[in-house]
Amino acid sequence: MKIGLYPGCSLNGSARDYNESVFALAKAFDIEFEQVPDWNCCGATAAHNMNKELSLALPARILAAAEKHGLADVVVPCAACYSRLAVTQHELLHDPVLRNRVSEIIGMEFKGTTNIMNVIQFVDKFIVDKLEPKIKKKFNYNVACYYGCLMVRPAKILKYDRPEDPQSMDEAMRKIGATALDWGYKVECCGAGLSVSKTDMVSKLSGKIIEDATYRGAEAIIVACPMCHSNLDMRRGDINKFWNNKFTIPVIYLTQAIGLAIGLTAKEVGLKRHFVAVNLPKKEVESA
Amino acid sequence: MARIGVFICHCGENISATVDVVKVAEEIGKLKGVAHSVEYKYMCSDPGQNLVIEAIKEKKLTGVVVAACSPRMHEPTFRKACENAGLNPFLCEMANLREHCSWVHERNDTTTEKAIDIVRTLVAKVQRNAALQPIKVPVTKKALVIGGGVAGIQAALDIANCGHKVILVERSPSIGGHMAQLSETFPTLDCSQCILTPRMVEVAQHPNITLYTYAEVEGLEGFIGNFKVKIRKKSKSLDEKLCTGCGLCTTKCPQKKIPSEFEQGLGLRRAIYVPFPQAVPNKPVIDKENCTYYKTGKCKVCEVVCPTKAIRFDQPDEIIEESIGAIVLATGFEVKRSDFFPEYGHGKYKDVIDGLQFERLASASGPTQGVIRRPSDNEIPKRIAFIACAGSRDPAKGIEYCSRICCMYTAKHAMLYKHKVHEGDAYVYYMDIRAAGKNYEEFVRRAIEEDHVHYVRSRVSTIIERNGKYILKVADTLLGAQPQEVEFDMVVLATAGIASPGAENLAQTLHVSYDQHKFFAEAHPKLRPVETNTAGIFLAGACQTTRDIPDSVSMASGAAVKVAGLFSQTELTRDPLIAQVNRLGPPLYSTCVGCFMCQPVCPYQAIEREEIKSRDGKVIKVLAKINEGLCQGCGTCIALCRSKSIDIHGYTNQQVYSEVVALFNEF
Repeated sequence: MKIGLYPGCSLNGSARDYNESVFALAKAFDIEFEQVPDWNCCGATAAHNMNKELSLALPARILAAAEKHGLADVVVPCAACYSRLAVTQHELLHDPVLRNRVSEIIGMEFKGTTNIMNVIQFVDKFIVDKLEPKIKKKFNYNVACYYGCLMVRPAKILKYDRPEDPQSMDEAMRKIGATALDWGYKVECCGAGLSVSKTDMVSKLSGKIIEDATYRGAEAIIVACPMCHSNLDMRRGDINKFWNNKFTIPVIYLTQAIGLAIGLTAKEVGLKRHFVAVNLPKKEVESA
Repeated sequence: MARIGVFICHCGENISATVDVVKVAEEIGKLKGVAHSVEYKYMCSDPGQNLVIEAIKEKKLTGVVVAACSPRMHEPTFRKACENAGLNPFLCEMANLREHCSWVHERNDTTTEKAIDIVRTLVAKVQRNAALQPIKVPVTKKALVIGGGVAGIQAALDIANCGHKVILVERSPSIGGHMAQLSETFPTLDCSQCILTPRMVEVAQHPNITLYTYAEVEGLEGFIGNFKVKIRKKSKSLDEKLCTGCGLCTTKCPQKKIPSEFEQGLGLRRAIYVPFPQAVPNKPVIDKENCTYYKTGKCKVCEVVCPTKAIRFDQPDEIIEESIGAIVLATGFEVKRSDFFPEYGHGKYKDVIDGLQFERLASASGPTQGVIRRPSDNEIPKRIAFIACAGSRDPAKGIEYCSRICCMYTAKHAMLYKHKVHEGDAYVYYMDIRAAGKNYEEFVRRAIEEDHVHYVRSRVSTIIERNGKYILKVADTLLGAQPQEVEFDMVVLATAGIASPGAENLAQTLHVSYDQHKFFAEAHPKLRPVETNTAGIFLAGACQTTRDIPDSVSMASGAAVKVAGLFSQTELTRDPLIAQVNRLGPPLYSTCVGCFMCQPVCPYQAIEREEIKSRDGKVIKVLAKINEGLCQGCGTCIALCRSKSIDIHGYTNQQVYSEVVALFNEF
């Protein structure tokens, strides 16, 4: 089965671990990804702060290219890219004048027919049902599923899950034997792009998330966004300094956790690339 | 030969400033059939009306056209004048020169020409008008009140005190509604039960009131003055005549752990229960879903202990049919619950409760005897937060409206807490304070100034539970709007008021319209707030929108007056502008072929089947027949009729056709 993929900038850069786990997982389930041809930057936070037309044109070009290439489903692993693509599609579908204008700018017709999926939706649609027979090693840990700000918002546009208390990642984690904890920071902000410009803010915000997950007894934080991952993982040194604490809880991508459960190695799912060492305690291994 | 009189009004300058009224009068005077055409400054004034009356008498007019304002404004005035002059009022028509012409155009020749066109069409129409007689329908002087909360109680008592019979139907085992659950009431802090329970007893003892509790309306037929209602009296598994209300059964029932509806789940009840000690009627019912006997076929402890042998396990539901003349809907409201607020953990955190639950905690007869205690560990909370607008005024949650009662009851809750826990801290997080009512603003000020309740203008984004405390994420928008995290022992959400569950079903049963939030719709938001669009059905209390006790009670009295007004007549008179299926002589009887396409489209269920029978009783033909009491003259059936057999009095196909023809032909 072939599915479209829009990697965006991070999957080949700071989130190579995420990239590896997404591909490894897809391979294990006989799914082949086809990259959107000649893809460009989604605009991220910069474009929509500068120029509205630009912020719509960049994602529209990606989507138009996917349409032209006949990709009905496009998986967008990065939550920021996902948000930009989904919001653009929504705005252009609801404003024919703007749609024509943007089509002119990008020199391609934008129809808005693509089914844009984040990784949680991808897992939900193509993996969860086929998961059970493949589970080799239950991921029997207490986990805090962290959705961040972009996965479920704006609720009016994404119309996905319960915006204030999403459950889809929790469900997927339960399927591989994890205990998804009820905690307070599921959809709080990690600091996002301030990771580059204002690291003390990231230390403060991400630190709260890590602290609460640790307090609830989580053994891992599960994420599905490269930005969240880099803030919670890569910035851990700063966070620990800011909070004068030694948080050791690992931050694991949803796809990595599922990968481990179906018997992929830590290397295959990119666990070795993390800044915070993933030393999950050995638990009694139940065979599925 | 028609002799039509045309009366053109200047409406001060409203019409004459843009329309050359003198020219209109002249031109119209030249038309065939017009015997009289004049203009006057104020046609609706007394001398103006006299012009009409005198002309009818002198010139023996056969029809009148008044060219003035909208018929909505003065049609009744001029029809009355015609009637006084001896002309059938339905031979008088209004030509709307103001709203349809002078107000919307510049002064020029085209405008005057348009005015002439408008009057000409009405002159053509009025020549085909028929003298109509008002319809009379009889009235059954018995009212049905649905819902036994404070609004239903007030409406029932007011109607009954006017000397009319009333049937009061209540869904739950006792009347009293939400008001019976309340601790104290704003803005006076008098005890809710103390002012309500005497009214409840009065209802039960009133000779004109028949009370059906644990009962629901299942069907309604008929029309204003002549309804037939079907009421299902659910089985209470009890012979109410034998039961003395001693309550022994309710102390012996082994099913002890059922969350009490009256206590909002904070207290427990048995399977055989009286909802609260002051219930009316004060006799138990068996909750069949939770009763051991109904579930397993064994137990019958209540039957064994009952001193009067009143328990009846095999008692069936009873269907009661009653003839009534008017209905007051008083089905009240509900508050939004649990899963609606995942960000506040309502339903998940035990100490995050809603306003009604707090009422029970504060009530002297409640599960804690009026001591404010946390449901989780029974501790007295030292710090308590009240969140106003939980759901209300939140388009993202689908509830755009203000629930109207929360600002006041939140102030009351905070005040009650401070009166009971002197050393405690009460915080109210609000968007705006809406305290519009007599002594309401003063009440809120009292909470802030005398009882030192902290009011913080903020939306609470999240509640997080830690170590048995609740952390609220807030930002004081009047003091710098910095994000803060504040810790509390207990949180009360002023959750949005919503329509009562089942309101939509009931509205469909009764053919009453409702809005997108399932609140019943009033006929006119300002001038007919207690009437529905269905004649003879009135509204009282929070079923129309959430409202507080004083408003509910006044609305109930308003509805009661409407019912009493209806019952003051022996016959009802209504405009005959309704649809009619044509009737011809045998052998055709009517051009109606009995396809009944009209039946499903009629919004008022006014289309009936009529059988034409020969002398020996054989059915010769089946026709559609319009029920005169139900038809509102909307005309939908006429549009659907394939054989053009239905016509509407006052707006017949012929009349409308001649109007159209007159627009194009200067006859």
